[in-house]
Amino acid sequence: MKEEQIIKIKSEADTHEFGIKLASELAPGTVVAMVGDLGTGKTTLTKAIAQGLGVRETITSPTFTIVKEYDSGRLPLYHFDVYRIGDIDEMYELGYEEYFYGEGVSVVEWADIIEELIPDEAVRINIEYGPNEGERIYRCTFWQ
Amino acid sequence: MKDGKLVTLAIESSCDETAAAVMLDGREMLSNIISSQIDIHKLYGGVVPEIASRHHLNNVNTVVEQALEESGLDMDDVDMIGVTYGPGLVGALLIGLATAKAYALATGKPLIGVHHIQGHISANYIEHKELEPPFMALVVSGGHTNLVEVTGYNECKVLGGTRDDAVGEAYDKVARVLGLGYPGGPLIDRIAGEGNPDAVEFKRVFLEKGSLDFSFSGIKTGVLNYVNSEKQAGREINVADVAASFQAAVLDVIVKKTVDSAVELGKDKIVMAGGVASNSRLREMLGSACRKRGIKLYHPSPVLCTDNAAMIGCAAYYKYIAGGRDDLTLDAVPNLEL
Repeated sequence: MKEEQIIKIKSEADTHEFGIKLASELAPGTVVAMVGDLGTGKTTLTKAIAQGLGVRETITSPTFTIVKEYDSGRLPLYHFDVYRIGDIDEMYELGYEEYFYGEGVSVVEWADIIEELIPDEAVRINIEYGPNEGERIYRCTFWQ
Repeated sequence: MKDGKLVTLAIESSCDETAAAVMLDGREMLSNIISSQIDIHKLYGGVVPEIASRHHLNNVNTVVEQALEESGLDMDDVDMIGVTYGPGLVGALLIGLATAKAYALATGKPLIGVHHIQGHISANYIEHKELEPPFMALVVSGGHTNLVEVTGYNECKVLGGTRDDAVGEAYDKVARVLGLGYPGGPLIDRIAGEGNPDAVEFKRVFLEKGSLDFSFSGIKTGVLNYVNSEKQAGREINVADVAASFQAAVLDVIVKKTVDSAVELGKDKIVMAGGVASNSRLREMLGSACRKRGIKLYHPSPVLCTDNAAMIGCAAYYKYIAGGRDDLTLDAVPNLEL
């Protein structure tokens, strides 16, 4: 069953708490599809999810290599930044299916760019700026 | 061999550039061919991996042939084949690596895999014939930001790195926000020269006391917030001032951490490496901080700062004379650690 939620984030501490809780509910083969402008905190949220999964390595931006893998947590974490993807074929070349449908959790930044590849049952998080500085609104879709 | 010196044929294809070079005893450059794709990627505002791989494939053989031809040597003179095997874009790395392996297999010459960052640091050995380890190295580029303690030609230790965006990436993203285009580094550097670095106060992020890590994601957000709030207030943005202020905030942190770490570890030399080492303001600021502390600063000329194969040939040579060899099972490692 599909469940939609709107979550108001007041500060980075809220992002952290949300990410940790989300991580505790993630199963192998889950895709977390994030959409949000530059500076809305996609990587910050990914860091919180990583911490929640027990990943010990530092999560750094995958912009340069498109995907980075972290294997030290409860589940493997595959962190994608698909901003530079120009053609959907590049995702096939990268072997994205092995990640999305594999043993780990795939977190995808700029997921709207590869919309047709995002599985229906993905966790979706659209991040928007809130009314005040530092605030964000997460529009989320979960599957129960 | 040529005049009793070892000849290295080197290939580099980790990102934008397809490059090949021929080196004598690691430090003498006989040829250095670079086929850049920056003009192509400008159209897309960044590197597009698939396009990058395709162009590497189209260019690699020509570039290698040109490097040999310009050196005046042929394959028989070559003693080893050096190649970048990481870090970088996997599809791009594979093209250079497969080419190097094919040459190694066909000719029976040894294959030497080189870490891209080790290559960038080695560019300084080509430029400065007297330079020897130990020293502190600051590696700054589109994909990397590292402080590296270099104790030998093949020995180094990473003391700090970025916790989020690489410095060049922060420049690219801010350039995007300011509508300047790609690549962001040179564009911001240029326009910042006309701006006031004290116009906007962006937070300097030093992290915990004693940490040699960097974080540039916050400054990017700071610029974004500033630009948005000015727009909302209906005020015109002075792009030169914002660029200068952003650059000052980033470089203040880099310069301080670099010089402090060199002083603490008793290094009297600092070496700059990577594409951002061409940044004029960084050279200026680091140069003046080094003079105050009696530290000698080295940096390669711009052609050796960008990705090139000469630097890979230099690093391959030092690995080879220390007994390092790789075989045909060498694979591309996109996230290769130093």
